[in-house]
Amino acid sequence: MLETIWFLLWGLIWAIYFTLDGFDFGLGTLLPFVARTDKEKRVVYNSMGPFWDGNEVWLITAGGVTFAAFPTTYAVMFSTLYTPLLLILFTLIIRAVSLEFRNKISSPSWKSFWDACLFIGSFCPALLFGVAFANIFQGIPFDANFIFQGNLLTLLNPYGLVGGILFVALFLVHGAIWLAIKSDGALHRRAKATASGLWIFLLVMAVIFLIYSWFATTLYKNYLANPVLFVLPLLTVVALLLTRFFIAGESFWKAWFASGATILTAVLFGVVGLFPNLFPSSIDPALSLTAFNSSSSQLTLTIMLGVVIVMVPIVIAYQTWAYYLFRGKVDEAMLASKESY
Amino acid sequence: MDPIFLSRLQFAATTLFHFLFVPLTLGLAIIVAMMETRYVQTGNPEYKRMTKFWGHLFLINFVVGVVTGITLEFQFGTNWSRYSKYVGDIFGSILAIEATVAFFMESTFLAVWFFGWNKLSPKMHAACIWIVAISSNVSAYWIIAANAWMQHPVGYEIRNGRAELTDFIAVVTQPYAITNYLHTIFSGFVIGGFFVMGISAYHLLRKNEVSFFTKSFRMALVFSLIFSVGVIFMGDLNGKEMSRLQPEKTAAAEAHWETQKGVGFSMLVIPDERNERNLVEMFTIPKFLSFLTQGDWDAEVKGLKSWPLEDRPPVTLVFASFRIMVGLGFLFVLLTVIGFLKRNKLESSPLYLRIMLYSIPLPYIAALLGWIVTEVGRQPWIVYQVLRTNQAASPIEGSQVAVSLAAFIIVYTLLGFVAFFLMARHAKNGPEPV
Repeated sequence: MLETIWFLLWGLIWAIYFTLDGFDFGLGTLLPFVARTDKEKRVVYNSMGPFWDGNEVWLITAGGVTFAAFPTTYAVMFSTLYTPLLLILFTLIIRAVSLEFRNKISSPSWKSFWDACLFIGSFCPALLFGVAFANIFQGIPFDANFIFQGNLLTLLNPYGLVGGILFVALFLVHGAIWLAIKSDGALHRRAKATASGLWIFLLVMAVIFLIYSWFATTLYKNYLANPVLFVLPLLTVVALLLTRFFIAGESFWKAWFASGATILTAVLFGVVGLFPNLFPSSIDPALSLTAFNSSSSQLTLTIMLGVVIVMVPIVIAYQTWAYYLFRGKVDEAMLASKESY
Repeated sequence: MDPIFLSRLQFAATTLFHFLFVPLTLGLAIIVAMMETRYVQTGNPEYKRMTKFWGHLFLINFVVGVVTGITLEFQFGTNWSRYSKYVGDIFGSILAIEATVAFFMESTFLAVWFFGWNKLSPKMHAACIWIVAISSNVSAYWIIAANAWMQHPVGYEIRNGRAELTDFIAVVTQPYAITNYLHTIFSGFVIGGFFVMGISAYHLLRKNEVSFFTKSFRMALVFSLIFSVGVIFMGDLNGKEMSRLQPEKTAAAEAHWETQKGVGFSMLVIPDERNERNLVEMFTIPKFLSFLTQGDWDAEVKGLKSWPLEDRPPVTLVFASFRIMVGLGFLFVLLTVIGFLKRNKLESSPLYLRIMLYSIPLPYIAALLGWIVTEVGRQPWIVYQVLRTNQAASPIEGSQVAVSLAAFIIVYTLLGFVAFFLMARHAKNGPEPV
């Protein structure tokens, strides 16, 4: 029972991470395409300024709970995915410092260097996280000694790439909507047009992914066994359609919540389909690491459950407050202040 | 290429680099919070300028600490998967608690603080930096508790082929964790204090913003004086715990070979590791090592020869690191005491100011050396007397680790240069004109 609860919490924390940091990744990837002047670029930077770091802590928590609740999965997942994970970490480093450092010196070449870094540091982790999760959905080639039989290119298979591009598309739409919320004038109009245009691309990718998953993975097995679970992908579809509807109606906050719900439920769709596997082996399904054969002791799971039940709502409460505090557009006063990016 | 050796190098490099930024966060957060509190109390705008000036330096430093911390959390899985599997039940849960109870708070409120000058009342705004200061120091407790468990594992049983938690309270409240924690954060406070004093000294030497930097210097001086004494006091307690719980680490730190009673302490020692002896032992204080390690002048101190060679930590590195760290620790007390005596005539003490400027790196060096003693002194164990380091690495190719190690060295070197450049530039430019 505890293992099942932890499995769902594990999936939920990763899903929250992608929902929150997702729009940061989207914004960083969009930067070279939507922002033309230095001022517009600064609007993009400052639109995520007060949030990106708090968002990234969800990744640390997601890694931490994987370690705490499923140490064997943590060990095998992180060591078999060594190269892609370190690539994600390096690019996340680059992203964080480009946010913090760009506006410290006013030289144009300094700024355009960090703009390029922000793009790399946003696009690469978005793509690689998608590739990694899609590969987990279809199984990772590791043997009985937990040794990975492959290399980075093994992971860049068609299904993995579809997963990666889907993640990028989800985050781009999510980020473009956020930019529409936070900006004015020409940039706002461009953000809106980008969000609507990319939405169609996202729809296409989502359909491809859902169909491809039928052939490439066993994700649907749990859904066919318990058809009531189909509510989850249905919610994804509804949220995706609502996103389009709200963008068209210029209700950007609603559109942002809808695109957030799309990401959240899409990740949960995969996670529920994976159950009870956390890290399936494509070499021999008997080697797969599950919520039951890779978990911590009952005592640790119980203590950690207590910690999470108490702390996560508190975290969500003060993070919500922070979002509320900085809900306004990035305005002239903010850009003129020394306390901005 | 040996993946274990490369993974050790990578872990050492990335941890030491991370720890160039973390301790300043611990100390400077409190100093900035004190400055802003003074602003709220007095309404004097100079304190607001101080908060902003030092706060900017804090932020540049903070972001590098954040990004290099994530790599550490993930490296337990990528490079030390056998370790993670074996101890994750205990070690992993403590790391996860750190993120949920402390790091979230630190990151969220720091952003609110930086961007929120015009959105919050002065009191609420000052409260935010205090939350950052407190949560960063709470965060440190969990990390140190996790490390203390590797030094002295408690509250566990070996079951199902791994270490499983049996007593959570024992793990998070063991005295070794507490002494080590206080020793570590106090060293961070000294780093923060010397950082502020050194930069203030730079400007005072140039008669720039004299009132601003005199105030900054004095606040940091009192803070550093208290905690440089504190760090020695806690170091002594921590050292006694170390002698009790990890006697071979103490033996290595003191280059002490033979088990004897009433052991003297020599000021000048040159160890000869290969021949298991010291080449030079001079200026000996009789029985003092027995007293230092156990509080009893006649106590027996176990020598390195009591352990088989394969169970001993490297001696020369641990010894040299320990000696230099301790020497620096006393130097910090001396420098802050002199500063305290000169506190009302800082401007007319250029020599002292110059010394303080060039002393900025010294507490950093002391802190890094302290970690070398702690971690290298624990070898050959990754978890003391439970799991050996050479049984703990991931089953990965050495070439993978070689590539990532090279990438870390390149990226971190660049990152270090840029962060240093930006901080030095901001520090030299001084505060915004009124």
